[in-house]
Amino acid sequence: MTAFSRLMTSAALGLAVMATGMPAAMAETPPNMLVIANRIDDITSLDPAESFEFSGSDVIRNLYLKLVNLDPMDMEAGYKPEVADSWEVSEDGKTITFTIRDGLTFVSGNPVTAEDVQFSLRRAVILNKTPSFILTQFGFTPENVANTIVGEGNTVSITTDKPYATSFVLNCLTATIGAIVDSKLVMEHETGGDMGNGWLKTHSAGGGAYALNEWKPNESVTMTANPDFYQGEPAMKRVIIRHVQESASQRLMLERGDIDVARNLNPEDIAGIEGEEGIRIDEELGGQLMYLSFNQKNPELAKPQVREAMKYLIDYAGMEASFLKGQWAVQQNFLPLTFQGAVEENPFSLDIEKAKALLAEAGVPEGFTIEAGVREAQERIEIAQTFQNALAQVGIKLDITVGTAAQILGRYRARELDVYVGTWGPDYPDPHTNASTFAWNPDNSDAAGATGILAWRNAWDPGDLTAKVDAAVTENDTGKRVEMYHDIQAEFRETSPFAILFQQKRQTAVADDVQNLNLGDAISAAAYWPVTK
Amino acid sequence: MPQAATRRGRPAAPLAGFLGRAAAGIGSLAVTVLGLLFVTFFIGRVMPIDPVLAVVGERASPEVYADARAALGLDQPLPVQFWYYLREVARGDFGMSLLTARPVIDDIARVFPATLELATLGVLIGVLIGVPLGVLAAVNRGRWVDQIARLVALVGYSMPIFWLGLIGLLVFYGILGWVGGPGRLDVFYDGLVPTVTGMILVDSALAGDWTVFSNALSHIILPASLLGYFSLAYISRMTRSFMLEALSAEYITTARVKGMSEWRVVWVHAFRNIRVQLLTVIVLSYANLLEGSVLTEIIFSWPGIGFYITNALLAADMNAVLGGTVVVGTIFIILNMVSDLLYKFFDPRAR
Amino acid sequence: MREWLLSDAPASRRQARLGRLYSGWLTFRENTLAMLGLGILVALVICAALAPWIAPHDPYVQDLATRLKPIGTPGHILGTDSLGRDILSRLIWGSRITLYIVTLVALIAPVVGLLVGTVAGYAGGLWDAVLMRITDIFLAFPRLVLALAFVAALGAGIENAVLAISLTAWPPYARLARAETLTIRNSDFISAIRLQGAGPVRIITRHIWPLCLSSLIVRVTLDMAGIILAAAGLGFLGLGAQPPSPEWGAMISEGRRFILDHWWVATVPGLAIFTVSLAFNLLGDGLRDVLDPKSGGSQ
Repeated sequence: MTAFSRLMTSAALGLAVMATGMPAAMAETPPNMLVIANRIDDITSLDPAESFEFSGSDVIRNLYLKLVNLDPMDMEAGYKPEVADSWEVSEDGKTITFTIRDGLTFVSGNPVTAEDVQFSLRRAVILNKTPSFILTQFGFTPENVANTIVGEGNTVSITTDKPYATSFVLNCLTATIGAIVDSKLVMEHETGGDMGNGWLKTHSAGGGAYALNEWKPNESVTMTANPDFYQGEPAMKRVIIRHVQESASQRLMLERGDIDVARNLNPEDIAGIEGEEGIRIDEELGGQLMYLSFNQKNPELAKPQVREAMKYLIDYAGMEASFLKGQWAVQQNFLPLTFQGAVEENPFSLDIEKAKALLAEAGVPEGFTIEAGVREAQERIEIAQTFQNALAQVGIKLDITVGTAAQILGRYRARELDVYVGTWGPDYPDPHTNASTFAWNPDNSDAAGATGILAWRNAWDPGDLTAKVDAAVTENDTGKRVEMYHDIQAEFRETSPFAILFQQKRQTAVADDVQNLNLGDAISAAAYWPVTK
Repeated sequence: MPQAATRRGRPAAPLAGFLGRAAAGIGSLAVTVLGLLFVTFFIGRVMPIDPVLAVVGERASPEVYADARAALGLDQPLPVQFWYYLREVARGDFGMSLLTARPVIDDIARVFPATLELATLGVLIGVLIGVPLGVLAAVNRGRWVDQIARLVALVGYSMPIFWLGLIGLLVFYGILGWVGGPGRLDVFYDGLVPTVTGMILVDSALAGDWTVFSNALSHIILPASLLGYFSLAYISRMTRSFMLEALSAEYITTARVKGMSEWRVVWVHAFRNIRVQLLTVIVLSYANLLEGSVLTEIIFSWPGIGFYITNALLAADMNAVLGGTVVVGTIFIILNMVSDLLYKFFDPRAR
Repeated sequence: MREWLLSDAPASRRQARLGRLYSGWLTFRENTLAMLGLGILVALVICAALAPWIAPHDPYVQDLATRLKPIGTPGHILGTDSLGRDILSRLIWGSRITLYIVTLVALIAPVVGLLVGTVAGYAGGLWDAVLMRITDIFLAFPRLVLALAFVAALGAGIENAVLAISLTAWPPYARLARAETLTIRNSDFISAIRLQGAGPVRIITRHIWPLCLSSLIVRVTLDMAGIILAAAGLGFLGLGAQPPSPEWGAMISEGRRFILDHWWVATVPGLAIFTVSLAFNLLGDGLRDVLDPKSGGSQ
């Protein structure tokens, strides 16, 4: 039998030698390369007229110029001129005329002209993809763009249907959909009248800091620096974003020096890695809100006292201090901090007795059963369970249904869920983005099918809030406008069937030598061009 | 269970029988693939996941939604949709993936080699260790060697792979630094060798770039060993049981009586007799690994077909699911058929 | 008693049958590992039955202030999870769910497989061709994908997970049962029964099924580990048991986020799954030695 034993031993030994004989991973990434671990499985298109996901926005922000843009090194300043040198507003407040800056070029070598600007904005309206509402809310339609978005010489003028606050219009143009694409290059790749959409999903045609090398779905995105970038060639010649699903894997990779930035570490891994040599934790406020909503189709939840009771059955402080630690901070208003008009009043806290009293007042002291839909994401499941635990103490039974994003979202949009645990991220850096979905719902009927509006999804008619939101968006006096949003939020906080819980705080673990990495704060996406190592 | 081992053939002239079976096999292959397509298609359409949402995202207005739905052909009746789909597939067109915005066939050409590479190395490890282990256990039946072999194999059967994977990553990558981390290569080696087969080990060997090769090896070795361990469990148990049967046969006793050395008895006589049976078992574990292991792929950020199909399924990206399932299913059926035929052709007892 | 059981000349059918069982048990008992497996499973059943009395805490009660306590914390021997729930108590209550999954799948998959396999094997011809083609289709599916698709279609939850797993698990049983049937079908004793006027239904249910049973039982026991792991895998993807249910796979899934700093949260349920799977495997392996004549019983 010794022969077999020997065979076994040698097989095992061979494997061990194979494993140990291999070179250990390199200690650090090359000095002119930025390697980021992130979850990028949400990207479905890199066409700026279509892309609507977080990771897609992060990529696109680095590929394209915009008429006006946010400066990652000075985010508080708000929008600054980029492709537009300057702009003028007509007397009736409806037309904004941009003067195009001279000497800008696309990566292809083509100059950036008024025609490209006209093409890009019209294209976004005509293609009519999901984010198009950011532009069409100004009254642009595929039929009227020939008159409302017009390039002439070195100017482009856009004419809106109402005299909106100029800051509102320009803020919207800093969103992903405002990206200026290379019209010649894009139209070379047009097939079947798609205005190059099919090609642009997987390619880039911009004049931004980087050009797209390749997007491998669920694997990586690679970008190469644009040597002719108008702010100077970025220090990082290559940026690689790698899809790494697990927080633990991201952390191990950062510790071993295989990546520079780990974007999805959970609070426990952040706590574990904090203080390790050569690693720093960057924090910035994000724009996402975590909320619970209560469907008004459910007769129990439609009672005002029940709605209010729900807001006292949430352990805000407990969650913030435990499994959400460092990554979500209590915020009970629909405008994230740093947004114009944001307030910091958080009056609700866990108060079982008060909730019991409210429920008794509502005539349902004996409780009832409701269903909550939760997307398969651990922190949301834990929020739901914490809520479930508190509800159980007042006799309300909460059944939690966990499903994939598409599944839960489908039911939520169909107004079928009693309770939804979800997040909401602003689409552009203006208070109207959240006001128009949380507190605005002109037609609450099923037939309206306004599936994009959160108030509608919860079958809630906000009453006079709808008119107040409409009024705020055309107010050009900033002081007054801010005041109006304060009012709207105060009323919303008390009466709405939404319990806004937390605002996102981004914690990013980075290698010590990485400097100037801004991930967009609450209002934008990641910018890689200022980064140095 | 190897189907070969459970089917009984009728006596026939070897070659004619072989050809006849091959023809019948191809016929049944076509029927099975068609059935596979139909079932997948049906599941995809009755699933309460909305594929349109995957395209247009959470905030789409009703008009955008309706446009996207029509563009996907989802406004057509189900049988019509299936018919269109079959027609396209017959032309070799699996359609576009909603999630990746490119042809499904390109996606599969990208993700399948990653799985193929991993599965091949995995099954190699499984065979190299599993077969000797099984033989060893059979020869020492009932003794402690047998018990240890049994334990080693059954531990492999019983381990939750995601747990073992994470711990393995922690120990061998995080603490010891012996192996590469998640992913197929360190990023700076990405794109250094031209893609020929899509299997980085093969491509880098073809290009003669041994730095890339060893880097790729350092990345693949851990997930492959894990998968190898699981196929090892199956292979070693089956080897043991085949071996026991072979060793109890009369001619083995005769050989022993003749004073042949034990080594010769075991390897030359007994083992030779179980080769074909063993081959079917190995082919089967290989086929199972080729399905792609979603959990392993998630933990090791391995862009393989298991993750691709799962991801597509969860977002109701049905073209991708159908394409992936058909490819995986067809390979499974073909491998099965090959092992079946081999078995019947070579093993006189099965005829 | 022992002598009566082991008698070479049993006086009745019952005595013969019991005698056979008993001698099988004697063989089985000699296999230490298999006995160990049986012991673990018996312990599991006891544990599940007595869960309300032996669990030190309510498995659902949360306490965010005492979350992620390590193993050995007074009052929480196996520590606490992310919401401050006692892991030991969850483990004990979770044993019920594990048993539930195992029992249900064991009741569904082999029965469906047996039915399909014996009918195909006995009826032959067109029936055989159609049933076996269907079996092949299900066999060719990537298994997790099929399970996922069904869970996605029916909605997440433990019952649906069980159904989905059963759906992917039956084809090998059908093949096995068909093969057994084919060998039995033409044997003399079946012909004799047929001559006595028994119909096909009676032949299948009364004579063929009992003979297929032993190899099926062995196979099911060996597959149990795979079933528990598959359920855990669905839990890992968030499609198994719904929170706050203490299903072991879901517990691993919850705990895997902390694997680097709070390893016990995932490892304890991982070990539990491992132990039970191993027990089933050891038992099945032992049963195979006793019941499956091919691997040559030692007596």
